[in-house]
Amino acid sequence: MQKSFGGPAIFLDRSDINTDEIIPAKYLTEVTKEALQPYILEDLKLEGFDSKGEALKQAKVIVTRENFGCGSSREHAPWVFEVNDVHTIIAESYARIFRQNMFNCGMLAIELPKASIDQLMELQERGNVRIEVDLSRQQVNALTDGEEKQFGFDISPFDKALVEAGGWVEFADARY
Amino acid sequence: MGKTLAEKIFDSHLRDEPFPGTKILNLDRVLCHEITTPVAIADLVWRNKDRVFDREKIKVVIDHVTPSKDTKTATQAKILRDWARRHDIPDFFDVGRNGVCHAIFPEKGYIRPGYTVIMGDSHTCTHGAFGAFAAGVGTTDLEVGILKGVCAFREPETIRVNLTGNLPQGVYAKDVILHVIARLGVNGATDRVIEFRGSVVERMNMDARMTLCNMAVEAGGTSGVCMPDMTTVEYLWEFIQDEFDSKEEALEDYQQWVSDADAKYTQTLDIDISALEPQVTYDYKPDCVKTVRDMQGTRVDQVYIGTCTNGRIDDLRQAAEVLKGRKIADSVRGIVSPATPKIFSDALAEGIIQIFMEAGFCVTNPTCGACLGMSNGVLAEGEVAAATSNRNFNGRMGKGGMVHLVSPATAAATAITGVITDARDL
Ligand code: SF4
Repeated sequence: MQKSFGGPAIFLDRSDINTDEIIPAKYLTEVTKEALQPYILEDLKLEGFDSKGEALKQAKVIVTRENFGCGSSREHAPWVFEVNDVHTIIAESYARIFRQNMFNCGMLAIELPKASIDQLMELQERGNVRIEVDLSRQQVNALTDGEEKQFGFDISPFDKALVEAGGWVEFADARY
Repeated sequence: MGKTLAEKIFDSHLRDEPFPGTKILNLDRVLCHEITTPVAIADLVWRNKDRVFDREKIKVVIDHVTPSKDTKTATQAKILRDWARRHDIPDFFDVGRNGVCHAIFPEKGYIRPGYTVIMGDSHTCTHGAFGAFAAGVGTTDLEVGILKGVCAFREPETIRVNLTGNLPQGVYAKDVILHVIARLGVNGATDRVIEFRGSVVERMNMDARMTLCNMAVEAGGTSGVCMPDMTTVEYLWEFIQDEFDSKEEALEDYQQWVSDADAKYTQTLDIDISALEPQVTYDYKPDCVKTVRDMQGTRVDQVYIGTCTNGRIDDLRQAAEVLKGRKIADSVRGIVSPATPKIFSDALAEGIIQIFMEAGFCVTNPTCGACLGMSNGVLAEGEVAAATSNRNFNGRMGKGGMVHLVSPATAAATAITGVITDARDL
């Protein structure tokens, strides 16, 4: 089943945020996704960011920079987002395994050019940014007090099919 | 137009192309360890699909935390062990016979030129040293691999890295790959295969080639690859001698995978390594690289020698050469983890373990251990390590710890002085 995409956004204005920062290795001993929930982005050091704060708790969309999710192959990284209801990441670029893991889980790893990410980042100063994703029209809508911005995005037909199927297991099972 | 090794493997393993640009490949090997596989198993059971596509193509090891350190890691090991038994998987390596995945699977002869290999582990790119297409994947890809024997990839473009010149005395494959990563950047090879070519690679043994390919992912690469040649054949010979009449015949067969002279590359990097110095990382990204002499004097609390990057026999020999007849500094904790039982026992036979022990090192069983800060040498906050591993991320070897990535020789020299040291200056 397709997940829902959109809601309050949080901004992580840094490149190369790695999987150890997203979910430290010491929690990889958990064998359920749910157990990861409290540890989201626990080791991320970024000015103004608090991994235990309200902003992250509310967030359903993350906006960030280049090479997001680099490092280990751990799917615990998308899972910790999934169990925290963050189903959408918008970045300039991703590490390959992380990006594929997101789509394999039926979640969205959207790529936008730097100029668009810059515009999104600027919105955060106004506070309370909501981002809605229209997958069928391949469009991101960012809303804040008195302003709305729209960005089209590309997604490969395969990745789109995975998201629509609810993930790779469902897709592969129906086909192979 | 000629084809690259990766393109040839993609062509020969293509199962389906559901959408343009998406290739579903048949898999020759699905490798499993106890961190990322149990969740895939649990999901298969939950979906009522607890099956395996081919029990002989799946290879299984417990390596990250072994022997188990607590109830949680014991549970992970048990899930994997029970599953391997339930499906009668013949190649399963448990305590006493286990070692670091990317060292033990090649050592058993499981990886061959032209193979497709996946594992729920980012350093699966290591196996490209044999002329295979080997890629790290997440748990869902692993799960589908186990169940169906397929994996989806975007057909990768290839970056060719030509390494020419002569490796100077005291400079090793680890220094070369750190330099290459610094040149490419941490995402310079994303969605690409890095082909390591040139006379330097041709002269390298398989241990050194695995060190090169191991860190391809630190530049974002899908796989690192080396061309199969006589060195590959010699390494594999004990496992393939029934398949071929002679080594020459094996070589001829493996040549089919070698990239064509007119293959197309997205980027070519020519590096003459004749003047390369020993390299070390600073900061928390593997492309932050300096010469060891530029970092000389940086204090360390722990030296860790081992891992899938540099825990093979050749690596231990290089470290032992530096350590021989010397003692490590009182301020340093030295830990060495031979990557497999065979490496351990070869090191024993060669007197290498004795050298480590006399120098004051703690010798552990084969395991990933401290590499990812889960056991056997976790750092305290504010502590600094020099390690032969592949990742220096913040907190990698323990929350608040700092890791400097180095070659085994540099690690050994650093253990002796207690500060980052170029082995040539001892
Ligand atoms: S040795 Fe380290 S990098 Fe290699 S597989 Fe083990 S944890 Fe991963």
